[in-house]
Amino acid sequence: MKILGMDSSGLVAGVAVTEDNVLLAEYTTDYKKTHSQTLLPMLDELCRMIELDVSTIDAIAISAGPGSFTGLRIGSATAKGLGLALKKPLIEVPTLEGLAWNLWGSEGLVCPIMDARRNQVYCGAYEFVPAGESFQMQTVLGQDALDIRALIQKLNETGRPVIFLGDGVPVYLKEIRELMQVPFRIAPAGNNRQRAASVAALGAVYYAKGRFVDAASHQPEYLRKSQAEREQEEKRCATESDQ
Amino acid sequence: MRKQTEDRLILAIESSCDETAAAVVRNGREILSNVIYSQIALHTQFGGVVPEIASRKHIEKINQVIEQALQDADVTLQEIDGIAVTYGPGLVGALLVGVAEAKAISFATGIPLVGVHHISGHISANYIEHPDLEPPFVCLVASGGHSHLVVVKDYGEYEIIGRTRDDAAGEAFDKVARAIGLGYPGGPKIDKLAKEGNPEAIHFPRAKVAENEYDFSFSGLKSAVLNYLNSCQMKGEEVNRADVAASFQKSVTDVLVEHSLHAVKAFGFHKFAIAGGVASNSSLRAAFETECAKRGIEFYHPSPIYCTDNAAMIGVAGYYEYKKGVRHGFDLNAVPNLQL
Repeated sequence: MKILGMDSSGLVAGVAVTEDNVLLAEYTTDYKKTHSQTLLPMLDELCRMIELDVSTIDAIAISAGPGSFTGLRIGSATAKGLGLALKKPLIEVPTLEGLAWNLWGSEGLVCPIMDARRNQVYCGAYEFVPAGESFQMQTVLGQDALDIRALIQKLNETGRPVIFLGDGVPVYLKEIRELMQVPFRIAPAGNNRQRAASVAALGAVYYAKGRFVDAASHQPEYLRKSQAEREQEEKRCATESDQ
Repeated sequence: MRKQTEDRLILAIESSCDETAAAVVRNGREILSNVIYSQIALHTQFGGVVPEIASRKHIEKINQVIEQALQDADVTLQEIDGIAVTYGPGLVGALLVGVAEAKAISFATGIPLVGVHHISGHISANYIEHPDLEPPFVCLVASGGHSHLVVVKDYGEYEIIGRTRDDAAGEAFDKVARAIGLGYPGGPKIDKLAKEGNPEAIHFPRAKVAENEYDFSFSGLKSAVLNYLNSCQMKGEEVNRADVAASFQKSVTDVLVEHSLHAVKAFGFHKFAIAGGVASNSSLRAAFETECAKRGIEFYHPSPIYCTDNAAMIGVAGYYEYKKGVRHGFDLNAVPNLQL
């Protein structure tokens, strides 16, 4: 079973192909060029390197948010176009779960944090529970957009050691160092950003559980409304409280 | 549909603003399908297009729209010869959805990809219902985002001879509509109300631009309307909204007609076309019908369905690019301010 994994939710653009328990190829860049110019050329190159006929892929695993709105849509539209043309299903892998999968088998909590601007992070917390010859990843804190301080408080309340990863780490390192009361570690390069291989591998787990969708029905999970909608709601709330 | 061996079929995708659209076009002139998912209702409550909301809706609808276009045309992807997609100008986030989708389909199928300029599409909409129309001719492109006077030298070859210095014609319609409480989208609402008003009731200015006789300026007109409304309010006079709409529309029409037909004469052409959303304005069409007839100029305009943003027009423009050998790579990007 071949799965194509893609992630363009943040600064990283990544594509990977797994076949059963083997990673056939992975291509990752973390560079300023826009994903619109890199993602598909990377997939093209990757397919050529491993002489892969893209029509032999069984499913497309896409990092489905949260993340940069535009970045998510470039990945989603690419996945939807491939799904439409190849008549293959999409596996929606929540971005933070894909990130957590990078640290498969870790003890304690794995906490991916992505810079969400406006003093917030997209975050979640996960743990790996032994299950037969493998681990099962379980959600401790579901993915959310939170103030970094609110997140740290929740982590402190668990009393468990934490491993941080994601592009929010360098942004909020000061707060993490000052406010974390439980032991914490910070993941190194190679494991600390989005990886398409993790999206594909976790996608395979979801696929086996029947968690896949038709390409037409997929859309990203933004975790946030558009600014115009937020402002409208704020205005509405203000008017209601005036009355 | 039975495809002949010499037939060339283009699948076209358009997502530059607030319509998600796909179409299948045969040999650049025949529309086999034209599917448009309009988001207008969604943006009305915000008084205009919200880019992030538009982009989200595009990603939600794009596959259904493409699949519907193929189904309506009764063709499969395997029969398609080229994939045309609008890559600018427009809202960057909105454009990116169509561009990424088109590139992925092209990659997965091996069907060549052709990027199309949105305005080239609007101009090419005229070829759909006028089999006799061929370049060269002069075309006025007027919409919410554009006001261009263009010499169409050949298929896909353009020279812009006039452009707006400030607001686009459609933008002026939207702003005036908002000022007299009609709401968004302004064009059709003003057009409707103007039918009940007197176009000579109020004299609004007809702006000329000193350096270029073909350029437009609509911000002065918009201000004149706003000033008029203000002064009525100060004096406690009741505003006849129908008269304001009719007089404003007459002012826009006069300027567009005068500049356009002056260009047709100066360049020595006998053919003139209009395109873009404003081209479906009934008063503008009527004025051009009359004035072109007087001067012995052949006047072309698309039906309203091809004036609004649609993918059929992108398929037509894309077909002529395809025939010229234009191909784009998988690194094709959206270009929000793409030049014609």
